[in-house]
Amino acid sequence: MEKILEVKDLHVDFDTYNGVVHAIRGVSFHLNAGETLAIVGESGSGKSITVRSILQLLAKNGTISKGEILYHGDDLLQKSTKEMDDIRGNKISMIFQDPMTSLDPTMTIGKQVAEPLLIHNNVSKKDALKRAEEVLRLVGIPNPSARMNDYPHQFSGGQRQRIVIAIAIVDYPEILIADEPTTALDVTVQAQIIDLLKELQQKIGTSIIFITHDLGVVAGIADRVAVMYAGRFVEYGSVNDIFYNPQHPYTWGLLDSMPTLDTNEGSRLHSIPGTPPNLLNPPEGDAFAPRNAYAMEIDEEEQPPFFKVSKNHYAATWLLHPNAPKVTPPEGIMKRFAKYERLGGNVK
Amino acid sequence: MADERKVIVSVKNLKQYFNIGKPNEVKAVDDVSFDIYKGETFGLVGESGSGKSTTGRSIIRLYNPTDGHIYFNGQDISKIKSHGPKMKEFRREMQMIFQDPYASLNPRMKVKDIIAEGLDVHGLVKNDDERDKRVRELLDMVNLNPEHMTRYPYEFSGGQRQRIGIARALAVDPQFIIADEPISALDVSIQAQVVNLMQDIQKKQGLTYLFIAHDLSMVKYISDRIAVMYRGKIVELASADEIYKNPLHPYTQSLLSAIPVPDPEIEVKRTRIDFDHKRPFEDDQRLQEVMPGHFLYCNDEKAASFK
Ligand SMILES: Nc1ncnc2c1ncn2[C@@H]1O[C@H](COP(=O)(O)OP(=O)(O)O)[C@@H](O)[C@H]1O
Ligand SMILES: Nc1ncnc2c1ncn2[C@@H]1O[C@H](COP(=O)(O)OP(=O)(O)O)[C@@H](O)[C@H]1O
Ligand SMILES: [Mg+2]
Ligand SMILES: [Mg+2]
Repeated sequence: MEKILEVKDLHVDFDTYNGVVHAIRGVSFHLNAGETLAIVGESGSGKSITVRSILQLLAKNGTISKGEILYHGDDLLQKSTKEMDDIRGNKISMIFQDPMTSLDPTMTIGKQVAEPLLIHNNVSKKDALKRAEEVLRLVGIPNPSARMNDYPHQFSGGQRQRIVIAIAIVDYPEILIADEPTTALDVTVQAQIIDLLKELQQKIGTSIIFITHDLGVVAGIADRVAVMYAGRFVEYGSVNDIFYNPQHPYTWGLLDSMPTLDTNEGSRLHSIPGTPPNLLNPPEGDAFAPRNAYAMEIDEEEQPPFFKVSKNHYAATWLLHPNAPKVTPPEGIMKRFAKYERLGGNVK
Repeated sequence: MADERKVIVSVKNLKQYFNIGKPNEVKAVDDVSFDIYKGETFGLVGESGSGKSTTGRSIIRLYNPTDGHIYFNGQDISKIKSHGPKMKEFRREMQMIFQDPYASLNPRMKVKDIIAEGLDVHGLVKNDDERDKRVRELLDMVNLNPEHMTRYPYEFSGGQRQRIGIARALAVDPQFIIADEPISALDVSIQAQVVNLMQDIQKKQGLTYLFIAHDLSMVKYISDRIAVMYRGKIVELASADEIYKNPLHPYTQSLLSAIPVPDPEIEVKRTRIDFDHKRPFEDDQRLQEVMPGHFLYCNDEKAASFK
């Protein structure tokens, strides 16, 4: 499989009144052509900053202090502003959570969807508008020819998000980065938008990085999953690896704190105690240790490296060290292991 | 679950309209009736704009109902005056927790003053010592450090602020709490903390909850019974299990079919059921009990088909 994007040892810092926030602390991953990679983690874990770094869309006080971002082997961090402008919205485009803030309330939607074509390509205005109409139809806006001259406020929340998607895909980007595109939407609309993204991926072959904090959404859309905590990835693997053979106690906690529809009434939800660490002074050891019921002494002292679980599945937890004691994961996770075995995997 | 099934809140033909007579009139709640039993958690779900918050806010009398009645412990509270003594009395018994733990706490007030507001209004403590003692008790009850009572809201995380909101609601020892999307703004791991806390407190204090949400899996988990709201009407009402196992209204079916489940195998097989929003209601339809405890918005013929 071709790696179209590869992020290597990314570090991002923010200068703040209180000191330097180490928001991203050594993140590495790649994106294969045609796949959907989901990045999941709680708020503040660094999901948005990770993907914004790819397009160099950081706030003024933010700097990429280290790392490489290879797009077809070429480091984007070495590109000029002009070269980046050419890549953004054209080869790599992004969808944000709140459709209202990414649309211009004073511009008709036809013009907004056509705009990336006019900026990046040598097309006539007429052709661009024609293409905009096609794409609006593709994303499911009913009767697009009649609605090209309408303004964003004349559409429902779900329709606006479809328009945002239309803008992002009008130039058939190679990579589509979707940062919580459905979080603000109702579940029924969310389901429609996810189906739409899957369908578009089939049609135009885009590779997708999908950010969410909702593991249910991840299960439905991802080929591979990366779990993020306190500025680092803690586990990554195929969607089956992460849901049926999770190894990091944080992944266990996330999976276990969601009730499934067959969670019994009367049984308590498993919750992760405490809150994430302050990234002004990231802990020396495993950042999750203070909330981790399975933490060992070494977790306080030293950040665990990634251990290989199986081909393409890695987790950064000392529990995978050969000398670590055997622990029993929560009951809900044991059930997932059972499913993994049924699916033909072997639980380590 | 409520054993003796004593009704604590009864809503009868409630209508709550806004901008009446104007072109932008909204029938936010349009002829809704239901009972909430003492000690139960009654879940109210539906898409945004369906009228869930307005229902809650009408029950706690933040509005004057356009029509219909609200009974609390058998007493009609739908007409009592906003600033009268009766209102004050009943506000002690009924409290609300809000969605946004950032917007709902006054940033300029210390946590202890936020929590003690109700104590002061209702004259429930005699002096500062007693007041501080009660605030400490409440913070302890919601698993927050009582030493932090002199801090300000910004010094707390989202989940902690929601606990402060819960402590504030509990301060006056209410019987009934309306929780309007109390966990929607929180991360999953923190949601579980807050839900567990709410359930512990319910057991200890024998509270009744109206739990408003759009996250259906959490609602199923926390609720005894669930009402599904759509465009100002309740389209279905049944026990939590029944709603999930045997949804009858096409809107409920569509809503359930859209819940993402954290299990790839289930997700691959999932098929969405689309709901036709064009003509959702007919004139001959009303909410009626089609099976014991299972209410459906339908016409008489449809209802008879379940007999
Ligand atoms: N402009 C900024 N200044 C200071 N800190 C920032 C800034 N932007 C983001 N951060 C910090 O970086 C961390 C990661 O943020 P983000 O990537 O937005 O998280 P997520 O998308 O996972 O919720 C957070 O701790 C956040 O507070
Ligand atoms: N104070 C108000 N004035 C006018 N319209 C309102 C007011 N409050 C709510 N509405 C409208 O009533 C409908 C129901 O709103 P709401 O009860 O907030 O729905 P939900 O809580 O289910 O999202 C919506 O159309 C909303 O815009
Ligand atoms: Mg984000
Ligand atoms: Mg609401």
